[in-house]
Amino acid sequence: MQLIENHKTTGIPLSPKAKLSARNVDVFYGDKQAIHDVSLDIGENEVIALIGPSGCGKSTFLRTLNRMNDTIDICNIKGEILLDNENIYDPKVDTVPLRARVGMVFQKPNPFPKSIYDNVAYGPRIHGLAQSRVELDETVEKSLQRAGLWNEVKDRLHAPGTGLSGGQQQRLCIARTIAVDPEVILMDEPCSALDPIATAKIEELIDDLREKYTIAIVTHSMQQAARVSQRTAYFHLGQLIEVNPTDQVFTTPQHELTEAYITGRFG
Amino acid sequence: MHSLPDHYGTLMALWTGVPALILLMSWHLLEGPVINHLLVAQLPAEIQAGDSAQIQLAISKVHNLATGSGLAADASLMPAVSHLAALNERTLLLNSGIALSLCLICFAATYRRIKPELRARTEMENIVNMLLLASSGIAVLTTLGILASVVIEAWMFFQKVSPLEFLFGTTWSPQVALRADQSGSSGSFGAVPLFAGTLLISSIAMIIAVPVGLMAAIYLSEYASENVRKYAKPALEVLAGIPTVVYGFFAALTVAPFIRVLGTDLGLEVSSESALAAGLVMGVMIIPFVSSLSDDVINAVPQSLRDGSYGLGATKNETIRQVVIPAALPGIVGAVMLAVSRAIGETMIVAMAAGLAANLTANPLDSVTTVTVQIVTLLVGDQEFDSPKTLAAFALGLVLFISTLVLNFVALKIVQKYREQYD
Repeated sequence: MQLIENHKTTGIPLSPKAKLSARNVDVFYGDKQAIHDVSLDIGENEVIALIGPSGCGKSTFLRTLNRMNDTIDICNIKGEILLDNENIYDPKVDTVPLRARVGMVFQKPNPFPKSIYDNVAYGPRIHGLAQSRVELDETVEKSLQRAGLWNEVKDRLHAPGTGLSGGQQQRLCIARTIAVDPEVILMDEPCSALDPIATAKIEELIDDLREKYTIAIVTHSMQQAARVSQRTAYFHLGQLIEVNPTDQVFTTPQHELTEAYITGRFG
Repeated sequence: MHSLPDHYGTLMALWTGVPALILLMSWHLLEGPVINHLLVAQLPAEIQAGDSAQIQLAISKVHNLATGSGLAADASLMPAVSHLAALNERTLLLNSGIALSLCLICFAATYRRIKPELRARTEMENIVNMLLLASSGIAVLTTLGILASVVIEAWMFFQKVSPLEFLFGTTWSPQVALRADQSGSSGSFGAVPLFAGTLLISSIAMIIAVPVGLMAAIYLSEYASENVRKYAKPALEVLAGIPTVVYGFFAALTVAPFIRVLGTDLGLEVSSESALAAGLVMGVMIIPFVSSLSDDVINAVPQSLRDGSYGLGATKNETIRQVVIPAALPGIVGAVMLAVSRAIGETMIVAMAAGLAANLTANPLDSVTTVTVQIVTLLVGDQEFDSPKTLAAFALGLVLFISTLVLNFVALKIVQKYREQYD
């Protein structure tokens, strides 16, 4: 398969209520270009699903949105990413407050080797968000409640976070992320290591979180994209092929590549 | 098809070679005693009537004469000498003959068994298994043998000196009177000053090695660029390759005088052989142990944990202090404990730089001595091997063995527990 020459993204990549906007983003790993000229808006209080075959650059694109790619030396980024109309790749921008505003949940649950309480309190502590112990307790409780984990762990807040089940660990990681009170949450295949029941719980949670946060989720499961997202973006070989409302993408895709992917001809 | 042609071939080779090899080895083990037994009959009657020491002496004389390295020919031993020569010739023939025929017999027997239904692969694998088992058995048996010899000698020591005096006595002066009327050598085997000296020097070493080693490891694994790491890590590991005797004279000739001059300038009284000098140099020696092991452990902390922390807006510093180090802590503790057992067992640096005086002191500027150094001094030179003085070395060795064994055991347990957490 080859790149499409002079490609222009099909559908509606832009949004009137943009929270995060990518403009003409290219990403290079050394000499290899992983993302080709992607422009995409992520609107406020919406869930956008990024789908596409393995290696299509959707995770790479997600990681550019809070500069997680900075930790990879050979990674280079061109173009602009605007958070509330400010370019996050401006040399003046500090990644620390940026990542507090744009949180991330990873593919494999990665609780710190600390207690459940300390896992959630980690972010508020490093950012000095709580003035007192009581306030910190409240933040922890609120975050765990919002992540739907409070009832399961309230009696063992000081047990190690690594002792939870996979699904609970992932909800703990989500609680940890929302404890910092971010504006955007990026999720990189958050359910790929979980069983169907745990997956259902996380999907429900994502739906609830939309009221307060802007969410971008990378997923391999088209059913999941259909269940949780309002808009869907289809990536192919580092190009953004099509962006449309989710219903439309899964019923009447505009681009032939999107159609081929969702009907299972490759992927 | 259960076996390939290779398997049949290997099986043949094993059956042909291994029994003959075992025969040859056991032959060599048994040959000496048997020949000596035969020789006794040829010795002159008056020697045969003597005690076993005399017989032993005569027999070694015979052996020496037979190989031509004897000093003077002794006519009365000549029949035995010629008998020995004849025996040697005969055993050589017999030995090669039997080994060769065993080879042939085994070859023929195995050859007859080669049939399609012979499970050659299974049988070959079983034989190879036995050989592997025997090899690991050698290592284990050697350890047990060393342990047994140390325990037995230590037991003999405790027959002469009470374990309580040894473990809790505070005077170490391992002199034993050679003559009954000798003065000032009653012998005193209180090992507390040695334990204290070992502890003092090891503590100084760890105070140097742990912070420096750990910080070096953090730098190497988290901050250093690929290029720096490529050169810095091997360079640091070179420290571990320097022979300890070189560290020893560095400590004795450079560091100790430097400390003494420095101390004298400050108005302190510093012995020219100080625990501080030995401890400092030992600490430097141990740095690579701590840094290299900790570096491996820190590298083994999954990247996902770091990502998780960065993803929450933590700085590199916060991530290392609050996520990476706690996650690697069990492994780091394991590394430190291995380093401690290395420090306790270190001999050369201490022997050269810390002196031999068994002072019971906590002053690092004084000269002290350690368990290992005393073991060396007790056993160096011509010694009787049944006096408490030499036997004390085995008792010290036993204490050292047990303490490093416990440390290693604990360290390995901790490291193991850590591995399970992330695999």
